[in-house]
Amino acid sequence: MRERPTAGRGDAVVRAGRALRLSLLIALALLFLIPFYLLVRNGLSAESDITSPEWTFFPSSLRWGNVKELFDDTSVPFARSLLNSSLIAVATTLGTLLLASLAGYGLARIPYRHANKVFYAILGTLMVPASVTFVPSFVLVSSLGWVSTLRGLIVPTLFSAFACFIFRQYFLGFPRELEDAARVDGLGYWRTYWRVVVPNSRPVFAAVGTIVFIGAWNSFLWPLVIGQDRNAWTVQVALSSFTTSQVIRLHELFIAAAVSIVPLLVVFLFFQRWIVAGVERSGIDD
Amino acid sequence: MWGNQNRTLWFWVFVGPFLLGLGVFTYIPLGWSVYLSFFDAHNTVTPDDFVGFGNYRAMLRNEAFTDSLWTFFVFSLFIVPATYALSLALALMVHRQRRAQAFFRSVFFLPAACSYVVAALIWKMSIFNGVRFGLANTVLGWFGGDQIAWLSTTDPPWYWAVIVTVRLWLQAGFYMVLFLAGLQRISPTLYEAAAVDGARPGWQVFRHITFPQLRATSVAVVLLLVINAFQAFDEFYNLLSDSRGYPPYARPPLVYLYHTALGQGQNLGLGSAGAVLLALIIAVVTVGQAKWFGLGRKEAE
Repeated sequence: MRERPTAGRGDAVVRAGRALRLSLLIALALLFLIPFYLLVRNGLSAESDITSPEWTFFPSSLRWGNVKELFDDTSVPFARSLLNSSLIAVATTLGTLLLASLAGYGLARIPYRHANKVFYAILGTLMVPASVTFVPSFVLVSSLGWVSTLRGLIVPTLFSAFACFIFRQYFLGFPRELEDAARVDGLGYWRTYWRVVVPNSRPVFAAVGTIVFIGAWNSFLWPLVIGQDRNAWTVQVALSSFTTSQVIRLHELFIAAAVSIVPLLVVFLFFQRWIVAGVERSGIDD
Repeated sequence: MWGNQNRTLWFWVFVGPFLLGLGVFTYIPLGWSVYLSFFDAHNTVTPDDFVGFGNYRAMLRNEAFTDSLWTFFVFSLFIVPATYALSLALALMVHRQRRAQAFFRSVFFLPAACSYVVAALIWKMSIFNGVRFGLANTVLGWFGGDQIAWLSTTDPPWYWAVIVTVRLWLQAGFYMVLFLAGLQRISPTLYEAAAVDGARPGWQVFRHITFPQLRATSVAVVLLLVINAFQAFDEFYNLLSDSRGYPPYARPPLVYLYHTALGQGQNLGLGSAGAVLLALIIAVVTVGQAKWFGLGRKEAE
């Protein structure tokens, strides 16, 4: 229902308005795309094309060999950091989906006297910004001896109150008839959950999974604090240490950054509509 | 299995593991933080030198810490209104655009897939490099403007332009999606009624129908923007530090706490006191804002 009565205004005025809006949108879209273009342009240039005072839109030559050079450069633990980030993002996503969906279902659908108190205890931690607790969390993880380990990077991030909240809200609206049918068939809570609820809730799993995956891949402060050893660097920490140390060549740095966003762009373009649906369903704007 | 007896058991089977983890990795660190903040704890997590409120007094008298709060204040003064206005404008335009709507939505949302580290790299090394090269200075040059050392000059503080535009680019698309969701929920009959009453499409309809109907979304957006601004770390750290360290200006609270607690001195007591103070300030601001906006009035789930 985007068509609105034009209240007697001339067609020409309406068409001019539409054209103006479209041009503004195109201009803004180009502005939003420039940083992506610069990332690719610099990543495929010779270093002299990046640092030249005479900046040109196109580099003097396209050097696809930069990608190979980056992975061949043994002074930079880039491949290792990509592997670490992949392991962390996948494990965090699967772990969060499992733990938060079970908790969300229990809170929404298993009657228990103190369920609301438990829910508020979980919700309350949303008010405590995760990054404010980084000092004590670091203390805890270091006293467990988990600094610079994958465990230390993954386990503390698995308990997302945000994901639990979204699952609870979603399961509150899950059609009861489906569960009643399962009950008649003699299934308990556990089997009802796995055989009826999960297969019928794929959109919310995809939405939360995508958001968690992107967050885990992009997260910086926690991996910076915990990944002190080079072998435990994530791709974000590696990139950051390249920017501040200046031992790496600029074109390598840019191609590394470009490579680092490829997995996300794939996930992102594939699941974009789920993210939008997840945001709409989360109820944060209700 | 669906009987009363087993329900409690099954509730804990489902919720227990999550709650246990949350307790260990959120509640225990919180408690420990409060404990540490009352001790002189250098390089140790089991201190025995009790100093009472000494760390808090030291932190509040510490100019580096109060300056960092001031930095946050200036930052949110720029970023909150700018993001609000841009994301609302994008949503209104994209919502009314029929052709290629999905394309525009994707383009504006795409930066959300980019990390602050990568964005800071592009901003620092490509757009706003003020020493030799950089897109911004090239564009300035076309119009006969002088070269600007964007990140290394404090007078005038051009670094704000760099810091604010990074975050604006990264987050505007996400908030645009929130506004788009809000716009979709406005009933078309409201617009029909407005047209019958003779309201002209454009400003009048926006002011009397669209904007008031978006109130709940607006409140959520402003709250999220302020909370996220409080937690700013990634872009400040990556834009401003180099091999020599972090400059004394434009240091938001988290960057300062990071250096206090995990830098050379490893002053965990002082760092914890700062973290507790920051948490208290965030709580007060959030609750105050929620009250101010009248949030929670329709809390009926």
